[in-house]
Amino acid sequence: MKENNEDQMLTGAQILMRILKDEGVDTIFGYPGGAVIDIYDELSRTDIRHILVRHEQGAVHAADGYARAKGKTGVCLVTSGPGATNTVTGIASAYMDSIPVVIITGQVPTHLIGNDAFQEVDIVGITRPCTKHNYLVKTAEELAGVLKEAFYIARSGRPGPVLVDIPKNITKAKVPFRMPEEVNLRSYKPTYNPNQKQLQKITGLIAESERPVIFAGGGVVLSKGSNELTELARKAMIPVTTSLMGLGAFPASDPLWLGMIGMHGTYQANMSVGDCDLLLAIGVRFDDRVTGKTDSFAPNAKIVHIDIDPTSIRKTISVSVPVVGDCRLTLDHLNRMLDQKEIGDLHQRREKWLNRIGEWKKSNPLSYQQGDIIKPQYVIDTLFKLTKGQAIITTEVGQNQMWAAQYYHFDRPGHFITSGGLGCMGFGLPAAIGAQVACPDKLVVDIAGDGSIQMNIQEMATAVQYSLPVKIVILNNRYLGMVRQWQELFYGKRYSFTAMEHAPDFVKLAEAYGAVGLRATKPEEVRPVLSEGLASDKTVIMDFMVEREESVYPMVPAEAPITEMLLV
Amino acid sequence: MAEDKHVLTMLVDNKPGVLSRVVGLFSGRGFNIDSLCVAETIDPLISRITIVTRASALEMEQIEKQLNKLINVIKLRTVSGPKSVQREMALIYVMAKNGQRSEILRIVDIFRGKIIDVGQEHFIIEVTGNEEKISAIINLLKPMGIKKLAKTGTVALFR
Repeated sequence: MKENNEDQMLTGAQILMRILKDEGVDTIFGYPGGAVIDIYDELSRTDIRHILVRHEQGAVHAADGYARAKGKTGVCLVTSGPGATNTVTGIASAYMDSIPVVIITGQVPTHLIGNDAFQEVDIVGITRPCTKHNYLVKTAEELAGVLKEAFYIARSGRPGPVLVDIPKNITKAKVPFRMPEEVNLRSYKPTYNPNQKQLQKITGLIAESERPVIFAGGGVVLSKGSNELTELARKAMIPVTTSLMGLGAFPASDPLWLGMIGMHGTYQANMSVGDCDLLLAIGVRFDDRVTGKTDSFAPNAKIVHIDIDPTSIRKTISVSVPVVGDCRLTLDHLNRMLDQKEIGDLHQRREKWLNRIGEWKKSNPLSYQQGDIIKPQYVIDTLFKLTKGQAIITTEVGQNQMWAAQYYHFDRPGHFITSGGLGCMGFGLPAAIGAQVACPDKLVVDIAGDGSIQMNIQEMATAVQYSLPVKIVILNNRYLGMVRQWQELFYGKRYSFTAMEHAPDFVKLAEAYGAVGLRATKPEEVRPVLSEGLASDKTVIMDFMVEREESVYPMVPAEAPITEMLLV
Repeated sequence: MAEDKHVLTMLVDNKPGVLSRVVGLFSGRGFNIDSLCVAETIDPLISRITIVTRASALEMEQIEKQLNKLINVIKLRTVSGPKSVQREMALIYVMAKNGQRSEILRIVDIFRGKIIDVGQEHFIIEVTGNEEKISAIINLLKPMGIKKLAKTGTVALFR
């Protein structure tokens, strides 16, 4: 719905609402305060849904979870000073994972900026290195244009968070308003279309290669290129691994699926990459948790790297064929070109390679032994079976996150929502809230540890207030488990301050928040507790008292080659 | 890896905070800045930033890509070769006692510098040139006693 082009007199707050509507925003996550009181006053007169969080960090994580589950830009609104600084962790997480989020912060009136006014902070300065771009709005006249740019930058190219800081007097000022024309920034033109000559080289390499592997990442999910990726893999019979961010980009039920790569990747994924002669890296940035020792990463392979962000290419890994472009578009081009190309009998050519991978799969599969004490892997395994792999899973960070990645298998993108790059504890619950708001009919489960759930536990109140039936699975080992695991393996079992001997009774805590609390202390209680919790239409915490010193395997020690894994 | 000197020149939006984005990128990613010059261009909406940096070839590729990624960087080039001109300027406050004054004047003349302030016991010299020329005159004047020195960074243009 475009406005007619007659200028109208509107306040800054009204202009903000007009732009939000124009951008198709129907939900925002926020927390009011003095500097945004005029915006909130105006917001109450619109039909935009506002989710009142309990901490501004939760607002950004929720907007992030919403963006990932819905595949559109998330929006949050907070006040100046502490409201703004509380968003920083959430912004940094969205930035590392390239999630489109627009953060609106209030600011003190323009004439007070720089005076150390009440609740003043230079949030544009603070967030400069962790936003894709940010703005301090200096006049009401420029507000509409800045907001349109912010949304455009957040969602285009390699997406990311964009912050707009709006001084209070600008939200009150009345100025002539006209809906801005299409955004056109002379210095920002993302490259979507890949170079055709590079693609010719890739099809040649695919046709020649004996032992190819696809390594896909978050870029495939963000560009909505999962179908194209699956088509390529099946057409060219290439086994697929993904980064943590790429889980769901390729169906885990497909025989070509290798599992996740990296520090806690599967044996067959890491071995395949170590042995392949062609690595097609698509929408990845070769994070250190993926590559291990870079000199030994895919040492026998020609590496093709497709990414929309030129800075990702040749940042850590040298590549034979770099391609700057949108992953979905590039994969689509490749598929069409392969259709035209004579590539011979692939079944025969790939047989040896796929057999070898099959042997790796058999020799060291992901496994655990369920004994007298609940194994955390068993909880995830059972959750996967009970939900038939259909749930949206968010995670906290640490062991819970890795077990979720290993034992919950994703067939579709947008169903695994995790803080990958920043590794931000406290992400899972607010992200689950955002995902549940985005997808009210889906089952949303936060897989948590007893440590990380306490980092944003206050958002329980948000979930209950809005009747969001998110399910929280706590793998409770009374340790900060991942750090404890490192201390066990590399620091002579000196468990320096990783034991969380005291935690609240999570069942009573759930009840205190008005949610349902359930607990399992024995293996035979796992299934009934999960069944009961998942069947509830309420917010539920399920507290699983798991084996305290269970570790995540396989594990590649930091800086080691990924083929040198510690196995169980 | 071998680090070479590179001169980067870029056109950027002339807006508050833009310099901070550029400089913050260098410090945040561990790149070096040897010198830095910024001023408005003929178009008041655009500024030119010239940065001299030391980096390996691979690092240089990242620096250029990262700078290009900044929304406010309009155009970026690495300046080198005979098609480019590079200059810096120095103001040198040198002690000039009797007996040395004519020697200093001779040096200034050779370097086509200018005396812009004269005192009982000092000169202030203005000299422009490339980095080597500026270092050379500074080295020649050092024995006389350089009390104060102000240098600009390099500015550069293609012919």
